[in-house]
Order: sequence, then C-alpha cells, then structure tokens
Amino acid sequence: MSTTTTATANTKWWSGGKSPFNLEYGKVMMWYFLMSDAFTFGAFLISYGTTRFATNGWPNPNEVFRSYPFSGAFSAPLVFVSLMTFILIISSVTMVLAVRAGHNMDKRGVVINLILTILGGLAFLSCQAWEWTHLFHERAWWGRNPFMNADGTQSSTNFTNFFFTITGFHGFHVFSGVIINVIMLIMTLQDKFEKRGHYLMIEKAGLYWHFVDLVWVFVFTCFYLI
Amino acid sequence: MSNEAVLHAHSGVASSHDAGGHHEHHHHETFITKYVFSQDHKMIAKQFLITGMVWAVLGGLMSVLFRLQLGYPDSTFPWLEDILGKWAKGGRITPEAYYALVTTHGTVLVFFVLTAGLSGTFANFLIPLQVGARDMASPFLNMLSYWFFFSASVVMLSSLFVETGPFSGGWTAYPPLSALHDASPGSKTGMDLWIISMALFVVSSLLGGLNYIVTILNMRTKGMSMTRLPLTIWALFFTAVLGVLSFPVLLSGFILLIFDRNFGTSFYLSDIFVNGVGALPNEGGSAILFQHLFWFLGHPEVYIILLPAMGMVSEILSVNSRKPIFGYMAMVGSLFAIAILAFLVWAHHMFVTGLNPFLGSIFVLLTLLIAVPSAIKVFNWLTTLWRGNVRFTPGMMFAIGFVSLFISGGLTGIWLGNSALDVHLHDTMFVVAHFHIVMGVASMFGMFAGIYHWYPKMFGRYLNNTLAYIHFWITMAGAYLIFWPMHYEGLAGMPRRYYSYEQWESFKNFGDLNRFISTVAMIVFAAQILFLLNFFYSIWKGRKVTNQNPWGSNTLEWTAPIRPGHGNWPGEIPEVHRWAYDYGKDGKEFIPQTTPVGADESHH
Repeated sequence: MSTTTTATANTKWWSGGKSPFNLEYGKVMMWYFLMSDAFTFGAFLISYGTTRFATNGWPNPNEVFRSYPFSGAFSAPLVFVSLMTFILIISSVTMVLAVRAGHNMDKRGVVINLILTILGGLAFLSCQAWEWTHLFHERAWWGRNPFMNADGTQSSTNFTNFFFTITGFHGFHVFSGVIINVIMLIMTLQDKFEKRGHYLMIEKAGLYWHFVDLVWVFVFTCFYLI
Repeated sequence: MSNEAVLHAHSGVASSHDAGGHHEHHHHETFITKYVFSQDHKMIAKQFLITGMVWAVLGGLMSVLFRLQLGYPDSTFPWLEDILGKWAKGGRITPEAYYALVTTHGTVLVFFVLTAGLSGTFANFLIPLQVGARDMASPFLNMLSYWFFFSASVVMLSSLFVETGPFSGGWTAYPPLSALHDASPGSKTGMDLWIISMALFVVSSLLGGLNYIVTILNMRTKGMSMTRLPLTIWALFFTAVLGVLSFPVLLSGFILLIFDRNFGTSFYLSDIFVNGVGALPNEGGSAILFQHLFWFLGHPEVYIILLPAMGMVSEILSVNSRKPIFGYMAMVGSLFAIAILAFLVWAHHMFVTGLNPFLGSIFVLLTLLIAVPSAIKVFNWLTTLWRGNVRFTPGMMFAIGFVSLFISGGLTGIWLGNSALDVHLHDTMFVVAHFHIVMGVASMFGMFAGIYHWYPKMFGRYLNNTLAYIHFWITMAGAYLIFWPMHYEGLAGMPRRYYSYEQWESFKNFGDLNRFISTVAMIVFAAQILFLLNFFYSIWKGRKVTNQNPWGSNTLEWTAPIRPGHGNWPGEIPEVHRWAYDYGKDGKEFIPQTTPVGADESHH
C-alpha cells in the first residue's frame, strides 16, 4: 500500500501483531499465488525451449504469423500480433488508472477504467480467437502442423502443439482476468468498496492483470520473435 | 486511509469473536457448518487427518496384498478372489492388478497420506494455535482446500472400480505408459481418473499452502517475532513454500500429458511401436521431459513430506527432554538450506536416463550437500536429548524413532546420491528400502508423534498409553525388519516392481527373505489397526484432559482452553514475550511464551 501510515521509523515490522509487509493478507496471498503461477508458465516455456532445442528445424514465425483480418494474400509479418500486444499493454495502463482512482476513492474513475480494461481484455481475446481460427483454417491444430521448417524440411507437430497449448493457457488466464474484472466492476457499482472504505480488491485484481500481461511478453517473445 | 484500518477491517474474524460473548456457540452452528463445511481450522485439520487415515488403511492394505504375492508367489488364496474378483482369478493376484496395487499404494501414500494427511492436518491445526491467531488468514479458502482434497480422494477411489482397473504405470506416471491408452489396461480410464484426481489435489495443495504461508507471515500475535516461532511453524512454513512453488510445475507436466493422451500431441512421445496397434505417428517429443517436470515436483515433494515431521519432532523432543532445543537458529537455517537444495537436486532421480554425466556430477554434488543440513539437524536432536530429563511419552517414543529412522535411511541416501553407484542400485529393492525408511516410515513416525502429542489438544482426551507403546514397539521393530533386508536384496541386484522373482536363478534364494518381509508387513499392518481402535475409541471414551497444559509445554496452543472454540482464545489473544524453548531455565521447569521476561532473568 502506498499511503503512508502511522508507522514510525523504528517500528519492529517482524515482531508480530502486524503484517511485516504492511499489507493485508489477501495481497500477500496474491503475490505468492503469482509466484506459483510464474512457475507454471516457466515450466511450460522451459519445456518448449527444451523441445525446440532438441529438434532439428523450426518454422519461421515471420512466415507463419503474417496475416490479419481481411488481409487476403497480403503478407504483413507480426503486424497483427503486435496490435494484440499493444492492446494488452494499454489495458494494463487503464488497470493502473483504475487502481489509482481506487486510492483516491474516485468511484467514477474506477468504473470507467475498469470498463476500458475489460474491453481491452475482450479485444485481446477476440484477436486471439481470430488468429486461432485463421491458423485452424490453414490446417494448423494440436497434432497437425502444415508449416515447413525455416530451412524447407518437414516440421514436427510440436510447433503447433506448444503454440496452441501455451497461448491457450495464457488466453485462459486473460479470460479469468476479464471475469475477475467484471466481478470487480459489479462490486464497485454496488458500492461494496465505498462501504468498506477502500478499493483494495481492485489492487489485487490489478496485480493479477499485470502478471498476465507480463507473461504475455514472454510468450510473445518465445513464439513470435525467436 | 490508514493501513491499521485495513488490517483491522480484515481481521473481522477476530473482532466478531471478541464481541461475540466469549465463544458460547455464538453463531448457531448446525451439524453441516460444524462438522462438514466447517471453516474452523481445527475441524479442517481433523477432516484432513481422518481422510488421510482412511487412505493410509487402504494404501497399507494394498501393500499387504502385493506383499502377499511377493512372499507367496506360488500359493493361491481363494479369499483373494472373493474380495478382488477378476483381479485375483483363482486366488492369485494378476500381474495387472499387482502393478495397479503398487501404483495406487505409492500415489496414495505419498500424496494423500503423507502430504494431505500429514502437513494438511498439522499445518491446519498448529499454525493458528501456535502463532496466536483466531484462524487461518482465509478460513474459506482453507475449507476449499479440504474439499478439493476430498474430491481428489473420491475420484481416485472411483478409479479403483472402473472395468479396466486403476492406473498401473507406477506412481511417477512416466509416459509412454501414462500417455497411451493402449499401453496397458490401467492406462485407459484409470489414468484419466488418476490425472483428474491429481489435478484436484494440486489445487487443494495450492489453496492450503497459500493460506499457511500468509497466516504465518501476517497473523502472528503481538511479540511473536519470526525467531520466537516454534520450529514446527518454521518447518510448516518451508513446506508450504515448497508446495506452492513445485506443484505448479507438476501441473504443467500433467497438462501436457493430458494433451498427449487426448488431443494427438507429441510432447512426450516419439517413435513408438505398440504391440497390436502398430507404429504411432507421434514424433519429436521426449519422455525424459516429463521426468524433468515430474521430479522438479517429485524431489521437493520428499521434503514436503519430511519437513513437517522434522518440525514436530524438534518440538516434541525439546518438550519431553525438558531442555531447550539445541541450536534453534541452526535448525531454522538447515530447514532453509534443505528447502533451497530441494529445488536443485531433482535430476538425481534420472542418472540412468542418459543424462549428461557432467551434469550428473553437478547433481551428485548438490545432492550430497543435503547431507550437511540433515546432519546438523540430527546432531541437534541428539544434543537436545543429551542429558535431558527425558519423559518417554508415546509422542516422544515416536519422535526418537523418527530420528533413528532418519539416520538409517539418510545414510543410504548418500549411496544413492552417487551417480556411479546408482548405475548398479537404481530401480532395485535398495531404493525401495531407502525411501521407505527415510521418507515413508520416518514421516509416518513424525505423524504418529504429532498425533500422540497433540491428541489431548485436538479432542480433549488422552489416547491409551499401553496400546500406544505396543503400537510403537511393533511398528519400530517392524519398520526395520521389513526394510533392512531389502537393502541386501537390492545390493544383489534384485529389481523393484517385479511381479515374481521365481524365474531368476540369482534371486531365488531371496524367496524365504521375501516371505519373512511379507509376514512382518502383515503384523505391522495389524498393529496400525490397534492404533486406529485406540484413536477412535479415545475420541469418545478416552481419559479426559483436566490440565490445560498436560505436557508442561511453552507454546501458545496450551494457553487456549482444553476444548477451544472457533476463535481459539476467549477474550484477548495472548501476547508473546519469549521464544518457545525456555525449559529448565533459572531453576524453572518451563516458562510459557506468554510469561513476561523477569528483571533478574538470565540471558542466553
């Protein structure tokens, strides 16, 4: 919590009777949950890395991810996914604004920024849905890989296997984040936080949302850039 | 808004209880809210304990059944067909049933008994009581943690009754056996249920673990600094951290496995030919990848099982030696070292998978480093006992038994940690002997020690001591008689997990020894039934506890009423003024943590 408290300089934070981090339990719990979730994603990405290193060739992402809606045959490598990434990062900005509005007990600000964050999340999920559908129509799916390796040799299905599993798992996290934010929005509109006197729940939802965005940076790097 | 306001707003449990007229059943508990969907950490602890005990009986019974096969490979037992049906046609366990029994025994004992039953029980019971909190940080998530475990149990139990049988590919669930439906009967529905059950279990362990960590960090009472915590709490803290950071990796491994099983992927599969099915199209995966993901959990899991036992043993040894624990900070430091090293040694389970020998040598070094904190703990336990005024309560007996088993089993760990020796010893009965003694039986002893020691606090009654001593001596002697001979079998090269050793000239001479082991296993199992009778009889009919602090113990749980209500202390939560181990100080037998430090008190 950023608000300064009555704590004096020589408060013994660890001597019991108070939270050593000056945080209520839910936020500490969220931090530990995020550490745990980071290990889940870490395990996925390391598995992907190991498999990719053990495989002779790999498709070139610039050739696989080159379409966007209504592009036809026109090739624009990574443009669409850059837009997705941009949307997600902007949704993080609106989330920060919602958290700040919460600090200032500004209900209107919280509502507006939460709605923007939810829209950003939905936009990201829609983009992902379009991309998946597009790839599916190119005959890419779990266990099916139509793309050739960058060197022209036959590619293993693990390219698509990992792509759909890990981006799917991330998409599921974004989806849960949207659900959480919708619940936060409803609770805000019902004045639950005004009555409590603080908007801490929004902060916890914000932590989760930023984490999901941060994970996307790694997923994006591993699947689209490398 | 001040932070204090927030913290107070969130300790709603505490304030409502203080206001609630000193716990005279203030919120009209029904049977459902009190015993079933309870949010009281003490009741949840008992739920974990009793569910764990049910699983311990089932898992133990399974081991008796497959020991019957190993001890009497030529004999038939018609009653087996009566209870197992087609799995024991003609009174002899079929090979499929044998593997299913071994697999389920392992899974159930490791996860359901020694993880949920041990740390679930005692983390729930002891953390709020010993740190001085009304309940867990989130009683609701705590309740969910139990019910996820319960659902995991139901799914696992139902897998025993499907037509193709439960999963039979070993508790480690290595692919391709676990990934291909056609690999064995147990790899069909049985494996689906196994993996669903385990996924539910991971959720349960995550919800529980988060709660334990946060309660210990945030909810300590006034004066309870981290270095005044009893060692039980330190151990449960590191256990929870290990669980929160290692189970998610297993979950990732399982998710990839589910895709391999059901959606045509090849994460773990490559170039496979199945008899009767033909060549599979899967290419590019690696079965070794699963082993890495599995053992990244699997090794910390060993310490998830062992650390709570270590913590409780430290506490019980100190209380019943009437002496401070020797080297408190060294104990905390070595728990920390074990927790860190636990994440860095997983590949010692994989020395013979074709692991790069250079990498292997690094894992040997890291593995052998665990001997250092382990030895520190052992010597500290021994020096705590040294010249102590030892009271041989049943809890104390089991605690001393734990130290004995931990030494015996730990020493063989030094053998197995060497990649060169492992070439000979891997997958033999030597490994079975090692991990059963050091992790299985030792942790069971920690659990028994905890049950005997805290039973008066849990149920307000005592267990019967005579039955307890009989239970202890049979189990102690039995543990060594069962597992010691297995070292010889393993050194002679006898592989584990075999259905029968009759066809091998080299192992035939172990027939009698195997019969001996099986016989002892049955006797030890019977002794556990004795314990169960004692446990359930004493809940209702045991001698009543009349002394608030029967063991003369310093920790906070004994300052609560004999039968504490939800909220633990009527009125104020006690304040803590000293560490938990002031035994025999300044001529006083014990000084509870709540006693203020006197002006003329000596310093250590």
